[in-house]
Amino acid sequence: MQLTQRAKQVDRRPMTQLEKLYLWNIAKGMWITISHLFKRKVTIQYPEQKRTFSKVFRGVQILNRDEEGRERCTACGLCAVACPAEAITMEAAERQPGEEHLYKEEKYAAKYEINMLRCIFCGYCEEACPKDAIYLSQTFAQANYDRKGFIYKKEDLLIPNPKEDPDAYQRAVGERVTKPLSS
Amino acid sequence: MQGMYLLVVDWYFILEKFLLVGLVVSLSMVVAMYATYAERKVAAFLQDRIGPNRAGIFGLLQPLADGGKLFFKEEIIPLASSKALFVLGPMLAMITALLTSAVIPWSTPLRIFDRNISLQIADINIGILYIFGVVSLGVYGIMIGGWASNNKFSLLAAIRGASQMISYELAMGLSLIALLMLTGSLQMSVIVNHQLGGGLGGLLSWHVIYQPLGFVIFFICAMAECNRTPFDLPEAENELNFGYHQEYSSMKLGFYLFAEYINMFISGVVMSTLFFGGYDLPFVNEETWNIHQNWLAIIGFCTLLGKAFFFVFVFMWIRWTIPRFRFDQLMNLGWKRLIPLALINMVITAFVILWLKK
Repeated sequence: MQLTQRAKQVDRRPMTQLEKLYLWNIAKGMWITISHLFKRKVTIQYPEQKRTFSKVFRGVQILNRDEEGRERCTACGLCAVACPAEAITMEAAERQPGEEHLYKEEKYAAKYEINMLRCIFCGYCEEACPKDAIYLSQTFAQANYDRKGFIYKKEDLLIPNPKEDPDAYQRAVGERVTKPLSS
Repeated sequence: MQGMYLLVVDWYFILEKFLLVGLVVSLSMVVAMYATYAERKVAAFLQDRIGPNRAGIFGLLQPLADGGKLFFKEEIIPLASSKALFVLGPMLAMITALLTSAVIPWSTPLRIFDRNISLQIADINIGILYIFGVVSLGVYGIMIGGWASNNKFSLLAAIRGASQMISYELAMGLSLIALLMLTGSLQMSVIVNHQLGGGLGGLLSWHVIYQPLGFVIFFICAMAECNRTPFDLPEAENELNFGYHQEYSSMKLGFYLFAEYINMFISGVVMSTLFFGGYDLPFVNEETWNIHQNWLAIIGFCTLLGKAFFFVFVFMWIRWTIPRFRFDQLMNLGWKRLIPLALINMVITAFVILWLKK
């Protein structure tokens, strides 16, 4: 029964005397390899040169801010509920008078941690978030000296302030944040 | 006072030979060093990659970086090993690899201070036998190293290495006997001179023209003697876990790896010398150029190097083309194909020579 069109018939005839010397077949193989000497190289010189990702690439999470630079997260916990790897944990706090320039709404995340060793980059947190506060960016190469370093704190996740440092903000946002910033 | 002359030593001669030995050894080392680089580059290019390019321009400092790394690695000698032999293994591998170069005529003589300086360390009249002897000793590096490691895999590798060497040395020797019938001498310089002065600037007197089958057999056997893929059964990363040098670390491991590359270079030189006219530049007749003898020597030397590098490249090319032979395939190829072929080649050569001389 043929399952695909790609199936190849295997030649099971015993080798002839000429084939047992291997020389002819080796010569054929060498012709193939030498032809690769002149082909285009597929290498990407990584730190200098980067592969372009598709728009749906899911990298490390960022915590987004609004256009005035205020944190959008309200610590509702929907992302933590949605997370299949149970990597997200947070603690909520109430916004005090005078902190309106820091937090968009009355409740905010005092502590927000993602365990990057557990995270599977599924993007469910991003889908669950009603406030557009968490996004998967296009950063992907994380490195650290110990396992503790992979538990990303709020400071690690928060995006740079768009008012103070617009360039860094743009870089961190990448192409993935497609929804308008104001809501 | 007559008797005193017996004690007169030609100090210049000794100095000259010492210099030559130093030069040849360092040349082999440098070539082997950059052969590792070349290997990685060739592998990369044949696999559509770029290869090492970070250390220095085009990664040219990569061999130095590798060597430095190996020197600074921790040196581990397994407790259960027999220490003396364990240390002796890589030394033997290195020494035997370097010894072979002693009888190779690198070029025509240089002329410095009115002295003809032969660019051959020792022009002994049993040159080929000497090469054979030393190359066979090379297996002791593998055997002793693998055995002294006190490790199953290493021991298996050592046994494989030994049996492989024995099987392929026979075919190699038989293919050379046909060559020796042509030249009538075991002396390397005579063999090279025999290939000079034919048609097309010497090309038509190269032994490969008369002994194509002999050359192919010799080439395959040389590859087997160097333990190169497809004959790297003593190493066999995936079956034997690096085989005989599994327990080795630091520069001892480096010596084993290095010896392989020196062997490869030297066997390239030996093949060029025996079959491809040695230092003879094809298509031109150097003698008529009327330039200084030293220039001729340098041109000849570069020619020999070029030929040797070509063989080194072919070795690498083959390595990155075909997978390793299975052990039974290896033995079948050696005993059932190459040895009969070499015998037939020898008999045919003998008959043709007899027929021509009649």
